[in-house]
Amino acid sequence: MGRFVRSPKDVVTGLLLIFLGAWFAWLGSDLPIGRAIRMGPGYFPLVLCGILAALGLIVLLTGLDFGGDAEADEDARQIAIPWQGLALITLSVVVFGLAVRPLGLGPAMGLAVFISAAASRRFSLKGGAIMAAVMVAFAWAVFIKGLGLPLPMLGPWLGGY
Amino acid sequence: MEIFDHLALGFSVAFTFQNLFYCFIGVLLGTLIGVLPGLGPVPTIAMLLPITFGLPPVSALIMLAGIYYGAQYGGSTTAILINLPGESSSVVTAIDGYQMARQGRAGAALATAALGSFFAGSVATFLLAVFAPPLAEIALKFGPPEYFSLMVLGLVASVSLASGSVIKALAMVVLGILLGLSGQDVYTGTPRFTFDIVELADGIEFVALAMGLFGLVEIIRNLEDEHTRTVMVQKVQGLMLSKDDFKRIIAPVLRGTILGSFLGILPGGGAMLSSFASYSIEKRVSKNPQQFGKGAIEGVAGPESANNAGAQTSFIPMLTLGIPSNPVMALMIGALIIQGIVPGPNVVNEQPNLFWGIIASMWIGNFMLVVLNLPLIGIWVRLLTVPYHILFPLIIGFCCIGVYSVNNNVYDVYAMAAFGVFGYLLVKLDCEPAPLLLGFIIGPMLEEYLRRAMLISRGDPSVFVTRPLSAVMLAIAVLALTLVLLPSVRKKREEAFKE
Repeated sequence: MGRFVRSPKDVVTGLLLIFLGAWFAWLGSDLPIGRAIRMGPGYFPLVLCGILAALGLIVLLTGLDFGGDAEADEDARQIAIPWQGLALITLSVVVFGLAVRPLGLGPAMGLAVFISAAASRRFSLKGGAIMAAVMVAFAWAVFIKGLGLPLPMLGPWLGGY
Repeated sequence: MEIFDHLALGFSVAFTFQNLFYCFIGVLLGTLIGVLPGLGPVPTIAMLLPITFGLPPVSALIMLAGIYYGAQYGGSTTAILINLPGESSSVVTAIDGYQMARQGRAGAALATAALGSFFAGSVATFLLAVFAPPLAEIALKFGPPEYFSLMVLGLVASVSLASGSVIKALAMVVLGILLGLSGQDVYTGTPRFTFDIVELADGIEFVALAMGLFGLVEIIRNLEDEHTRTVMVQKVQGLMLSKDDFKRIIAPVLRGTILGSFLGILPGGGAMLSSFASYSIEKRVSKNPQQFGKGAIEGVAGPESANNAGAQTSFIPMLTLGIPSNPVMALMIGALIIQGIVPGPNVVNEQPNLFWGIIASMWIGNFMLVVLNLPLIGIWVRLLTVPYHILFPLIIGFCCIGVYSVNNNVYDVYAMAAFGVFGYLLVKLDCEPAPLLLGFIIGPMLEEYLRRAMLISRGDPSVFVTRPLSAVMLAIAVLALTLVLLPSVRKKREEAFKE
């Protein structure tokens, strides 16, 4: 990290907040602003974007070092991010979303549980399969039989309706 | 006495078979998730929100409330027995509770926690019954400017009392409000921030946001260091307290109850802050503070009473003003809205069954919890042996079906995944997601009151400072903000949170 950066975390946060403020402002750029007495749908969001970007700037500045009383940030050390876990957990949820309509609740649930189980270091194929089966059975008993959710266990691709 | 009529009504609602059943389910689930580390009340309530659609509002809220205060009981069990706080609010209980357990006094510690919690819960519920209706009465006189200022004050206060950077928390609130505004504009029907996706026309689904930010993020965080939990389950004996113990815990329980009841009302307060504050007070007033950290029973009694009292009184602003003081209350408001009830001061008068039913159920629930927690302690201890790598895929499964069943909309599922990743990024940047959730819930109301206020004042923003009540509330908000941002106070505050 550069010499002027006291806390990389704060710098990244600041930039992220400024970006989000700008992004929301851009998204809402064609919303009518109106006037204070009769605010349009774009008025309040624009004000918020300004505040968000301003707060982002403050966070950014506190993360920079302009000489003087700079004390190294102790929290700046590297943190291990569980990339595999992050990816598999996200993937499992997305797969559920993709599968629940065409394949039905049963396969979608089984896939989601199995894929997410693989995020653990103590994952085994057999254990994952058992958990997936248990959860599918449980979902059927509680959500479909018990609570009567109108979700087909098997989707159109698998001969369901 | 009017209050007794009201309470009688409440008990008649709470004592129906159905509501007793849901109250029991709620406290049972609460104890369960309190015992299981890595699963807190926020993701659990978010997961159960879709299930509550089919229930009558009273039953739904009774169950959800039970989960919240039930978790306070359950969390202390693990804190005492294995030095692993199941809930953030029982972190301090672990300090002395675990030491007591190591000295073979686990039974006494558990009994102290349960009895202290029961006493505090009952008193705080009584306070809720006494103070909520008059407060709602006052709030009914509020106009749009007062409401706007009250909400600003609530948000600012919750930010100042939270741990971590105030600026970042404020930014999270603003971001939450922006996200909360997504969907159709109430006045003109113009879609905002919907990316022209039809499925997003109703805005971001609250359940998806809450589950992503709290459920998924929590799981990914726990995967960071997957250590094997070794549970030493000893036999818990001696659940009875000696006379001497009783004498020692009376004062801390009373102090904890008062402190927790007060702090619970404050936005941003609630269970966690109460327990921390109580511990430091008990340590300060104790004649032999060197005992603290080595198994002082006062260090269990005070914080445990405080966290349950705080959990109970944090319902006051939620039920009377429609303002959430913590993420759990934000979810409760979400549940009310889902049920078609507009949160706010009208709930007390227009939904007396709901209001008094919930209050009465809290007494019943607290009583059930004592019964559940003391004699059945062995069952809960055995649950601790469920390894996390078996638990979390099941939680993922619940989250998926839960969020999908809200609207049968797969975009909600994708939104949950996206908020999981985004929330994890925020956590890594030391931005807590809780203020974001508060902002998300309050955002739409805030905009509506702002627009109405400006319409009344003919576009003159000075209306917020010329109406006395509104001016006072804004002044307090500004004062609170400047106070926490002052360098000297900032240092002290950081120290206090570190302790």
